Amino acid sequence: MANKTPANYYSKIWLEEPEEDNPFLSKRQYCYGYDIAEEVLEKASWVEYLYLLFGGEKPSAEQALLLDKLAIVLANPGIRDASVRAAMNAGVGGSTSASSLMSAIAVGSGQFGGAREIHTLVTQWEKFGTNLKQWQAFLLNPNQHQDNIDLWQKYEHPPGFDPYATKHSSFVMSALKKLVSVTPGNALIWLLANYQSLEESCKAGMTLNSVVAAAFYDLNFNAQNSELLFLILRLPGAAAHAMEQQQMGWKKFPFYNDAFTLIDDPGKQGELMDYKDL
Amino acid sequence: MRFKPLSSYENNVQTKVGLSFLSERVVFRGKDLHFELKDYDWFKFFLFGITGKEFTRQELEVLGFIWLSTSYPDARIWCNRIAALAGSARTTITLGLSASMAVTEAELYGVKPTKCAIDFLIRANKQVKKGISIDRLVDNELSSRGMIYGYGRPLVREDERIPHVIKYANERGFGKGEHLKLALEIEQCLISLKNVGMNIAAVYAGLAADMGFDANEFHRFCTLLVFGGMPPCFIEQEEKPPGSFLPIRCSSIIYQGPNKRRW
Repeated sequence: MANKTPANYYSKIWLEEPEEDNPFLSKRQYCYGYDIAEEVLEKASWVEYLYLLFGGEKPSAEQALLLDKLAIVLANPGIRDASVRAAMNAGVGGSTSASSLMSAIAVGSGQFGGAREIHTLVTQWEKFGTNLKQWQAFLLNPNQHQDNIDLWQKYEHPPGFDPYATKHSSFVMSALKKLVSVTPGNALIWLLANYQSLEESCKAGMTLNSVVAAAFYDLNFNAQNSELLFLILRLPGAAAHAMEQQQMGWKKFPFYNDAFTLIDDPGKQGELMDYKDL
Repeated sequence: MRFKPLSSYENNVQTKVGLSFLSERVVFRGKDLHFELKDYDWFKFFLFGITGKEFTRQELEVLGFIWLSTSYPDARIWCNRIAALAGSARTTITLGLSASMAVTEAELYGVKPTKCAIDFLIRANKQVKKGISIDRLVDNELSSRGMIYGYGRPLVREDERIPHVIKYANERGFGKGEHLKLALEIEQCLISLKNVGMNIAAVYAGLAADMGFDANEFHRFCTLLVFGGMPPCFIEQEEKPPGSFLPIRCSSIIYQGPNKRRW
């Protein structure tokens, strides 16, 4: 049977020109008008291309530097982070490589330290800008504008702040100061000037996600762009730790034998049969 | 928003959902998995896992038909197309189906509209019991949220699932529940107001609410809502030549961005 007219896709990002003898092979590929092989590959850095993909224009030198530094801050959340630990659980059992990254993405997608928290924070940056009083009110009641039920649950902590700590870690402050030194925007600078007021009002310590969200806002990324970039940029560490645990072997990976207590144990309901007698 | 210090949770998990005592026995929500739950079919077992509740045979049949009636092996449907692409691209079936499943938590179809529909019907039923009229209820919802989940359907108007599911539920004694009845009354109101009919989410939500599901429990139930249609989409493409599922020629991408330029 003859094929019907091919379906079309529409894009402001992507253009491919076909080879004359094969419509399914591309002679040239363009991203927002830039020839990938001739222009981008030769002249752009990885973060410049990344910025182009998400923003539609190539970044200024200052924006490229901030994104480069932000990518370093995010590249490895470390073993204690839930997303990396998820990837390690995939790695240790010899699961597929994709499953380790899918685990990191899923576990790192959430509202507590994850990508959804970044989405929430960048949304607030768009609403409040540098209005301290609005930020303080939001942190005390982060669900005030969320009367509609959603796939996501309501916040149980002030987004971007650690309910288990009353002040930020030294690492978070170091990262904030380094990013402030290269930012072309004013969100990071405002955060450095005001974090104490925010911490005092919500009685929780500023987390790295507060810093990261301010950096995304300084880069002119919207909430969804920021959420997605956060997911992408944290994958290198998850991959590295998944591989490390796979190579190290399961005997060195905690199984938490004694950590679990069953609080509604019905006890033995019968004896294990000897299957040779069955 | 104060929690106990993290150190109190360190190496310490108190669990009531279960635990395995390897080489001895396994406890699942307070029951011995191999002795006490061995006669559960998988579906009943799954529902016990997500709710901790036991369901009657009739309830299980209706809930099972909710899954079955919306599991289409149609690779045009966005989540299913992922399963088909996965098969065609020769990845593993578990990776392909996991991704397809994840995608069902969507705004336009799948889990979100269904979860929001049950939330609406439970809220609406409480308001009706307090004496509010259906017209007022619909008006309030439309003015505060701009839409009502469970009503209207993208792409087409008629929902072929509705008569089958209502008939099936009727035959098992679930056709007259208060939430389902309200869902149908709201449809009549919306048809006269805006010529908008119900979609299957309102029916599923009404039935589930009548069985005592809340929105979060129904969200958990809906994790596999359309799953049944996905494996066939994967398998068929895995059996066809690699990369042969709906290939796209270069000229099928209609470019609408900036003109060609130098970096």
